[in-house]
Amino acid sequence: MIRRNQARRRWRTVAIAITAAGALALGYLATTAAAKSHDDVTLRVSLFGDFGYHDLYKQFEQAHPGVTIKEEIQSYPDHHSALAQHLATGAGAADVEAIEVGFIAQYASTPQNFVDLREFGANGMKSRWLPWKYQQAVARNGAVIGLGTDVGSLAICYRRDLFQKAGLPSQRDAVSKLWPTWQGFLNAAQRFQAKAPKGVKFIDSGSNLYNAIVAQLSPAYYDASGKVILPSNPKVKGAWDLTMQAISKGTDAGHSAFSNDWNTGFKKGTFATVTCPAWMMGYIQGQAPATKGKWDIAAIPGGGGNWGGSFLAVPKQSSNTDMAVELAKFLTSPAAETYVFKQTGNLPSQPALLKSAAVQGFKNPFFNNAPVGQIFATSALRLKPQILGPHQGDFQNAVSQAIQRVEQGKQSPDKSWGQFLKDVKRLS
Amino acid sequence: MWTVRGTVELNSQASEVGSGGAAAVALPARSRLRTRLRRLDSKVSPYAYIFPFFAVFGVFGVFPLGYTAWVSLTDRTLLNPVSHWVALDNYTELLHDSYFWNAVENTIAIGLISMVPQLALALVIAHVLNTKLHARTLFRMGILLPQVTSLVAVGLIFAQLFSADYGLVNYVLNQFGISNVDWEAGRLSSWVALSVMVMWRWTGYNALIYLAAMQAIPDDLYEAAAVDGARRWRQFFHITIPMLRPTIIFTVIVSTIGSLQLFTEPYLFQPNNRGLATGGSGRQYQTVTMYLYENAFGSSQFRFGYAAAIAWCLVLLIAVISIFNFLVIRRIRSAE
Repeated sequence: MIRRNQARRRWRTVAIAITAAGALALGYLATTAAAKSHDDVTLRVSLFGDFGYHDLYKQFEQAHPGVTIKEEIQSYPDHHSALAQHLATGAGAADVEAIEVGFIAQYASTPQNFVDLREFGANGMKSRWLPWKYQQAVARNGAVIGLGTDVGSLAICYRRDLFQKAGLPSQRDAVSKLWPTWQGFLNAAQRFQAKAPKGVKFIDSGSNLYNAIVAQLSPAYYDASGKVILPSNPKVKGAWDLTMQAISKGTDAGHSAFSNDWNTGFKKGTFATVTCPAWMMGYIQGQAPATKGKWDIAAIPGGGGNWGGSFLAVPKQSSNTDMAVELAKFLTSPAAETYVFKQTGNLPSQPALLKSAAVQGFKNPFFNNAPVGQIFATSALRLKPQILGPHQGDFQNAVSQAIQRVEQGKQSPDKSWGQFLKDVKRLS
Repeated sequence: MWTVRGTVELNSQASEVGSGGAAAVALPARSRLRTRLRRLDSKVSPYAYIFPFFAVFGVFGVFPLGYTAWVSLTDRTLLNPVSHWVALDNYTELLHDSYFWNAVENTIAIGLISMVPQLALALVIAHVLNTKLHARTLFRMGILLPQVTSLVAVGLIFAQLFSADYGLVNYVLNQFGISNVDWEAGRLSSWVALSVMVMWRWTGYNALIYLAAMQAIPDDLYEAAAVDGARRWRQFFHITIPMLRPTIIFTVIVSTIGSLQLFTEPYLFQPNNRGLATGGSGRQYQTVTMYLYENAFGSSQFRFGYAAAIAWCLVLLIAVISIFNFLVIRRIRSAE
């Protein structure tokens, strides 16, 4: 009798469990069905840094009742490899994904993963963007996978106080005149070094110098047919040789960009110049807020150039592509890009904005009230576009390491260049 | 088949019962069913109980292993859904890849530099903690503290301590008249720095395992030795270490596996944290797992096939080195 009771009890438990599981499943179905039928939409935006979008999200949410926007920020490398994983596994990508220019060619080579923005009128808006910026997000089959956010047009950020101490001119126009060419820049470096305060170098990092020179080349690593021409391009070797010259003359602090020592260098003032894409302004302010007013900005030797800048793309796996595209369009609209520029210093990628009074007239108190809008916008408008290829970012990483090997005294310039060329062969 | 065998067994059981006593000559159908169920229960339910473990292990252990093996035979990349069978091409390429062998060399070197002093130190610490100290529990808890620290925090903090220009380690060395060492840039210096990180984290853990084993050694062995005139250190070498042999084998194998999979510390040691997993400008401290990561995620190539091949070579490497270590450590004279 007791046993029978136990058995009955067991059956009862099982029955309850099954009912509960069923109820849960039904409840889940009911809620998801409700969510789908209702207008409540959550859009996830995945970025690799603060893009200055917070207030813009609020505007968008107000204009579209029922929409909630969630921002997710990861580090630059984590963000891009996570996106690749999410695309590969077919789940997990956000509704709007930022893609940096170093990765855009790679993602554009698999356009089937992204919403083709031509279906949402991208062609009609084409004239908004700098033509080369728009073109970078166009796949071989013509699909438009991303809308341009900012460009990283180039200038040189320099420490006025250190220039004064070393007996160099410190007014930005006079400083710009010091270096119409990169050779002029290196001559100024040697002049500075001769009378520099103890422990201070002219250049922060050899790879930053090299990046700036190469950013102005067209073509640099790839030719128009998409072939890797890096090893045979004399201009790339020229940029390398100039960098080696800067190192051998002792004008280079030899930091690895974005390293702890480099960050500390900003705070302690152990280098006098930094290659400055527009977005670098925000980085310097973040690293060394106490140096406010000591910095200024001069023109880049050799004319314009681009380093960095991003795109917003909508993965096909987004559950609400219409609204996601709407948001991407909104965040890259002229009004939004102007707003972001004032917030963070990220330069708009649209010529009408670059010429607008709002950008041209903008001055930055951190950089001694330099007319940063005018400096960066001029540089962006003068820029010769570069042909990018899928492994652009990898080559850049490999050459940074090659330069570091020389800076650390591990290899001779020739040997390091040889190893770099081998890396390029492996990577391409 | 099942039912047939079931009835046969049931019949034989029934006849046994029948021969045992006259009580149940004809079993009622109901209780026969119950017996059959109970029979089934005792046969099947053990498998049912262990099934969850093997299901989870199958899904998260065996399947990934097999899948990785399959991927390693293709040219699969992360972004490209179409992959082709390349047979052993990835493995052939790997065997001729100087960066891979460099990574193997680094991994083994860092493993050796960290493991040998680490386990020796752990033994000594355990020995000290095994004596009658004041606040013994406090010390015993204390040595485990590094273990609960987040690995990422360890990596970041140590990277700063060993920083070339403003690091604390160099500052201290300067006080003794030694000029700045660029820890990260040099081959041997970066190995030493990384070994310090590993040791800092794992010495206490191993010490605690040794301590537990030491407490299981019977006291009369020591008493007998003391009577024979053996001093403390002699007791340590002739009683403690031989008695700890199985424990030492365990810790050596576990640390070997751990050090061959070293990733987070060297990954975070790289000053330029833009996702590079090259282990320094000259790959001076790139470990095998870092090289795997570099191929799978660290560049825009996303070479999954090649990374999978590296993973399988790492498995082989771990197996070979573990067996080698086992054979060496077994030579410690046993207590018997």
